[in-house]
Amino acid sequence: MSEHHDEPTPLADPGVAVPVLEARDLAITFPPRRGHGAARAVDGVNLALARGEVLALIGESGCGKSTLARALVGLVEPTRGEIHYNGELLRRTRTGLREFRRHVQLVLQDPYGALNPRQNIHDAVAEGLRLHGQRAGLTRRVSEALEQVGMRPPDHFFDRYPHQLSGGQQQRVVIAGALTLGPEVLVADEPVSSLDASVRGEILKLFLKLRDDLGLAALVVSHDLGLAWNIADRVAVMYLGRIVEVGRVEEVLLRPQHPYTRALLDAVPSMSEQKVTEVLGGEPPDPTAMPQGCRFHPRCPLRAILPEDKARECLADMPVLPPGEDDRQVACFHVDEWDRVAPQSTETRDPSEVTT
Amino acid sequence: MSTPPAHPTDVAAPDVLPAEEKAPSRWVPVGRFTMSVLRMPSGLIGVIILVAFTGLAVLAPLFIHPSDLSVTQATGPLLAPPQKGYPLGTDQAGRSVLDLVIWGSRTSLAIGILATAGTMLIGAGIGLVSGHYEGRPGRFLMHVTDWFIALPSLPLAIALAAVIGQGATSITIAIVVTSWTGTARLVRAQTLTVEARPFIERARALGATDNQLIMRQVLPNVMPLILVSSTLTVAGAILAEATLTFLGLGDPTSVSWGSMLNTAFMQGAVTAGAWWYLIPPGIAILVIVLGFTLVGRAVEHVLNARVQPR
Amino acid sequence: MTVPQRTEERGTGTEPLLDVRGLTVTYRSGKEPVYATRGVDLTLAAGETLGMAGESGSGKTTVAMSLLRLLPAESTVTGEIRFRGEDLLQANWGRMRAVRWAEASVVFQGAMSALNPVQTIGDQITEPILLHEKVGEKAASARARDLLDSVGVPSRRVTSYPHELSGGQRQRVMMAMALACDPGLVIADEPTTALDVIVQAQILSLLTELVRERGISLIMISHDLSVLASTCDKIAVMYAGRLVETGPSREVIGTPLHPYSRALAGAFPTLGDPASRLSPGGLPGDPPDLREQIDGCPFAPRCPEVEDRCRSGVIPSVRLGDRAAACIHVPGYEEGVDHV
Repeated sequence: MSEHHDEPTPLADPGVAVPVLEARDLAITFPPRRGHGAARAVDGVNLALARGEVLALIGESGCGKSTLARALVGLVEPTRGEIHYNGELLRRTRTGLREFRRHVQLVLQDPYGALNPRQNIHDAVAEGLRLHGQRAGLTRRVSEALEQVGMRPPDHFFDRYPHQLSGGQQQRVVIAGALTLGPEVLVADEPVSSLDASVRGEILKLFLKLRDDLGLAALVVSHDLGLAWNIADRVAVMYLGRIVEVGRVEEVLLRPQHPYTRALLDAVPSMSEQKVTEVLGGEPPDPTAMPQGCRFHPRCPLRAILPEDKARECLADMPVLPPGEDDRQVACFHVDEWDRVAPQSTETRDPSEVTT
Repeated sequence: MSTPPAHPTDVAAPDVLPAEEKAPSRWVPVGRFTMSVLRMPSGLIGVIILVAFTGLAVLAPLFIHPSDLSVTQATGPLLAPPQKGYPLGTDQAGRSVLDLVIWGSRTSLAIGILATAGTMLIGAGIGLVSGHYEGRPGRFLMHVTDWFIALPSLPLAIALAAVIGQGATSITIAIVVTSWTGTARLVRAQTLTVEARPFIERARALGATDNQLIMRQVLPNVMPLILVSSTLTVAGAILAEATLTFLGLGDPTSVSWGSMLNTAFMQGAVTAGAWWYLIPPGIAILVIVLGFTLVGRAVEHVLNARVQPR
Repeated sequence: MTVPQRTEERGTGTEPLLDVRGLTVTYRSGKEPVYATRGVDLTLAAGETLGMAGESGSGKTTVAMSLLRLLPAESTVTGEIRFRGEDLLQANWGRMRAVRWAEASVVFQGAMSALNPVQTIGDQITEPILLHEKVGEKAASARARDLLDSVGVPSRRVTSYPHELSGGQRQRVMMAMALACDPGLVIADEPTTALDVIVQAQILSLLTELVRERGISLIMISHDLSVLASTCDKIAVMYAGRLVETGPSREVIGTPLHPYSRALAGAFPTLGDPASRLSPGGLPGDPPDLREQIDGCPFAPRCPEVEDRCRSGVIPSVRLGDRAAACIHVPGYEEGVDHV
């Protein structure tokens, strides 16, 4: 369907190849509204996605991950910073954006809402092609896209309408619609969180299949750490507009270093025993009222047990992680203190053999 | 029918659906929609009324001669009650009231439909644009709309008639100028609702320009509202035309229901007890408004039912 | 199918707090009946926590709503719902009003829509107190403040409106409302579904603590097995309106007997488990249409271990100690051991 990808692109050798999608010093600030100050939704992010890689962007609501995702597909104009596709700067001109959209596509959370209820499935999938004026072989490309996402035979679905399909099928249609333009990157914002548990796995498998078959890279935004474990190569944890930790999934999820990441992992309910740990108190952060210095310091369990002089350092600004794909990075001044001051309970999570 | 071997991630096609040809025809949904409307009792009755009236209006020249309508050439008894040959009686000039009602429907319907077309075009256009471009252009348009809402319709119609001259044109313009604001507000509200939904964002991500967004994504979802609104607007326009003509703003030489009511009153049909002159145009207006309203409701019902998930 | 209650552990008497038998609910919206649940049996002892797991359309919310007879008027309910020995399905409306909230209450899904946006949260908490108990306004207000404190919301917020609170706080307010009249049973319908992981942990920890402190029985409904595993003693798994497995939560999740339970457990990977690394667990197909009478096991079309005999007749539940599952592959099915 896309002339560029007849065989799967092998995983890029990190550090050598140009990242397929990259955000450099990205910041997005929403102007003040009644009663609230300006919201610094994204506040200095460097993030790089390698060709054929699946990167999970994990965070809670209000951390800015959805805004970051939308900036990466060109839907939101950054207040500062740049987006690069294959090393080239994305220019927010009409032609620049249109060209960009053929390479980077979006999958949203609510599959039913993402489909125009007045369009049948054939037209919904063909929409991207029509918008770009590519009408040649339209129906054939729609068929191919539907087959790619596992909806067979495709013409059974052509004149169905979205409300006649299940949630999983709707999401497949949305993905098919994104595939028709032959992108190299899919940005997915909570792609399975509104789907049933049993369907979730099928859609996640589909992402992996598309990566294997088409060499598609994916940036998946989610609050679900299990999703990162299921399909991602690397994971980036976001808090209040900044990335606080990034690295390979095995590293970050099994040996987390940033106090926030540790709190997240401790908060995941355990499947094996009846126990709930309330690790972190307080309310989720508000991007219109950022704490001074390290954004996490008011809730940080590590800071609470540090000696006074070290705790004061947390009032200086939180470091911005530079771009660098494979390096393990943690935005905390006192990473080394942790093991000394409070032994990690997640050590029990390390299995004896976990290989990539 | 056989299906290719399934991939582990495949979704099974529903068994009960028959296979379709490659790309579905554009007109199938229209046919299905019409059938759904006709299946509702209100839809059926409404459509019958409208078809009957429109049919009579269009075919009228075939069986009504200009001489029947001329004041000077009419041959019937003057202001006579219904009798053989004149099922609805005659007017003060000896013309058959039935002929007049049928002929009058042409003007009333024409003005009603034209005025509605104008109202819808302007109203929907402004509603869509102000809903889509929410910032300064949108707010400016809303201010313009508010200004027009404040205009009183009757004095405006009279003023227009004084400036342009009496007749169908000034009536049509007066109706459009005072009605489009209602449609604009309605369409704007619906546009805002539609644009908040994720599929608009998806279309943008796929590369849609503003123009493409409005025409391909927003408009089809606002169209049901516009359709329903049109049917009700036509009813209102016909009533408005009748009112304005009755008040004397219409063309004195043309026949319409409003003018019949006007003439009836002027000629003292009330005091003469000539009910056959007054009641038919009134009932005609009533029935056609009913027809449009019934169709409007049936259309709304069908469109809502199709979009609601089960 | 009844799971024998552990009276020895609770020591609260011989009769279970809640004993549901053969609960069958059919909705009649429009022309076609919807078979929401079929033959559901459950027991709950005082102070016990039961988790009901299932996806959308499984019937778990229907079961929960039917306990307090909160189903729409067009539904047909058969079976028995014995609450403290009394069959609620036979109770008259006056008795139901008394039971509702004072003896059993609900924490609804989606706290934003369950709270009245034009009433202060204080008023919403005192409302059931004033309805059910003979106390004055002052005493009721004082109770409301105490309740807010116990759920971790500062009591001065008693004059706030729901939109002024965060999602987590609203959920806490819902819990305070549910506890207002000291019920013996609380039904929590997807209490943490819209919440982030950290707020979810806070809410779950609060819920378990409150329930334990006051000796309340809890029925928690969720599609997230990990949430149920970490908070409930027993788990009941539902699929297409039928109960497919029940048992102690650790065992149902650790060694599921029913293929659907296995699939559901597989959908939530354990971090660190190499088996699920880059290998999402899923299930092809979709749940069945509840408008049709299903012959045989409802899971048959999607079951990886399906056999011909699964597709017709009724697959009875097999009891295995304190567990039960409705599947032909459960050990003991063949011998007809303990078919219920």
